[in-house]
Formats: sequence, C-alpha cells, structure tokens
Amino acid sequence: MSDRSAYTAGGPLIGRARGDAPAPGAADARIGVVTFPGTLDDRDAARAVALSGAQPVPLWHGDADLQGVDAVILPGGFSYGDYLRAGAIARFAAIMDSVIDAARGGLPVLGICNGFQVLCEAHLLPGALVRNEDQHFICRDQRLRVENAQTAWTSAFAPGEEILIPLKNGEGGYRAEAHVLDELEAAGRVVVRYAGANPNGSQRDIAGIANERGNVVGLMPHPEHAVEAGFGPDTDAGTRTGLDGQGFFTSVLDALVRA
Amino acid sequence: MGHVVVEVMPKPEILDPQGKAIGSGLHRLGIEGFEVRQGKRFELTFDGEATPEVLAQIEQAATALLSNPVIEDVVAIRPESIDDAPDHPATPVGASSDAVAEAQAHGGAAQADGAQAGAQ
Repeated sequence: MSDRSAYTAGGPLIGRARGDAPAPGAADARIGVVTFPGTLDDRDAARAVALSGAQPVPLWHGDADLQGVDAVILPGGFSYGDYLRAGAIARFAAIMDSVIDAARGGLPVLGICNGFQVLCEAHLLPGALVRNEDQHFICRDQRLRVENAQTAWTSAFAPGEEILIPLKNGEGGYRAEAHVLDELEAAGRVVVRYAGANPNGSQRDIAGIANERGNVVGLMPHPEHAVEAGFGPDTDAGTRTGLDGQGFFTSVLDALVRA
Repeated sequence: MGHVVVEVMPKPEILDPQGKAIGSGLHRLGIEGFEVRQGKRFELTFDGEATPEVLAQIEQAATALLSNPVIEDVVAIRPESIDDAPDHPATPVGASSDAVAEAQAHGGAAQADGAQAGAQ
C-alpha cells in the first residue's frame, strides 16, 4: 500500500472514491504532480490522486527525472508569476522536456488551469488562453458538459454528463484559429464545454481539449477541488458535497490498469 | 553594444481586455475618444553589432518565446543605436501620477524637476 499519509496530515482521507473501491491495481499506480515556482494547487492535486487510490509523486520543475511515474498532472497556480504570458516560462522548465517527450509517447498528462496554459505554450495542445472577456478574475462553481468520455482522463464520465467543479482564473478564454476549432470539433477533441452562460469568452464554450491520441488533456476548471466531501461545490445534496472532480482521477487509473 | 527593440501586439481580431480597461481609465480621467490596445516592448542588448545572424536569432526568439503566434503578432524588430537607449524621457522613481499630470499641466514635460516640484 502506498504512503498516502503525507497528504492527509496522518489522518484518514475523508472523501470516498466515486466507485465502491479504487480500481484493482490502482494502489500501485504512481501519478506525478509537478511543482513550478508559483504553483498553488499541487497539494490539492496530490490529495486528489491519493483519494482516487493511487500514489502521488511530487515532481520538481528543475529536475528532468519523471521518476518512472505512470501519469503526470500539471496543476494550477501562477507559475513564474505568469510573467510574459501564463505558462510561457514554465514551458521551458527542465521537467517539461521530459513531460513533452513522454506525452508524445502516450503518457497520460492532465493540465489544470495554469497547467492547461503550459500545455498550450508547449504545443502539446493547440490554441492559447487569453484574459477573460469581462476583465475579471472569475472564481465560482461552474457547470460543464463532458463532450468526450473516451480520453485517459474522462472515461469515468458518461458522454454528455453535466458536472459541477470550481473555475478560478483570470486568463481562461480559449482561442484558436477557426480551422483548428473545426478540427477539434470534428475529431471530438473538445473534452469539456461550459454549460449555461459562457463565463469568459472562450470560443465555442470550450473549457478543455485533448490531443489527437486522447492521452493529453487540458482544462481551465479545477477537478481537484471537487474530490472530497466538505470541500467541494455546493449541490442539492448539501453544502460542499460536490465530488464531480473525482472522475478525472479515477479515469486515468482505469486507463493505467487496463493498459 | 548592439541594441534591438522587439514589439509585440495582440492580434487585431483578438479582444484586448487590458487595452479596454485602460481605455475606460482614460475615460474616467476625462480623456475621450481613444481606443487603446496594449502590447509589449522588449529591449535586447548584446555585445557586437546587429548583424543579419543576430537579427535572425532575435527573430527566432520573438516567435518562439517573446510572442505567442496564436494570439500575438511581432510588429517590429528594430535595431536602435545604444545611444538612443538611455534617452527615454524619465519619470522620476516614486513620482505620483498626479505629480506627473500636474507638471505637464504647467507646460513642462514630465521631467525630473517639474515632477519633483509637483510632488512636494
């Protein structure tokens, strides 16, 4: 059994995984979480990994060694203070050379918020994220529609399923050339779309996309903040009961166990 | 010493919320009739001259890192004489914007003396 205590302050994990039990073999899965200078959500992402039943492995931006992990998460925050453009400097960190190589080889990679921006700057995903249309930093619980439930990170969802997870960013407007958007749509590479009103001016309501192979996914909203009862979004079931983010972390375990 | 200026602007078709926010700031200041777009200016200084090889390198830097071609255009790569470089009209460090505006209102450019006098 992996040592998950570092992410639970020694206590038990409060939350419960989406299924009855983690996927068989999940405890052996090691999922790397990269910390850049200015990353904020690495601990939350690691905790989400632990809650899904796998072992989180902290990875450091300056170290090119992926330590043999089975998947990588680039978490949210403000890497390098968002200097120049969000994600533009982080993209050249030593760890990213290894992440880019491994992603091209099929390693599952999830970029959340700033991590999505890094994936775009690294050209692992097309397009770019620009400042929100209304100029405000947005922080709220956001409804999303899962458009592609076949990627390494979304297989736990049903196609078309609506989920509720937090959205918090200043530069979340997705932009790409029209022909790129058409290609994304045609190939089913729009993974999640904003449901209801578009919060930030993203083209075609895009909240997250995948690469052609479906192993690399980037999205602006934060699944890792909706994995544990008491800390998630409010739902009809009660205050802070939302656990819709768990599916991203259990999906990748299914993908790894099947592989 | 060589000195090259690179200027980057958001693509015309991309909404520039920063420029829009600055425009509304101007409006509140009573300065009307301007649409503002905000870009970036980079100054690259190096030993030697701005040879075609150096400019080719800078062009590569401009498209690979200084700008993101999805959302921005490199609008200028311009060698300048290093003598030009320190010649920016200087606003004294720490001067309040009110002091600068006041100095300008009194007919002088926002040079050190005027702005400092205004700040006192």
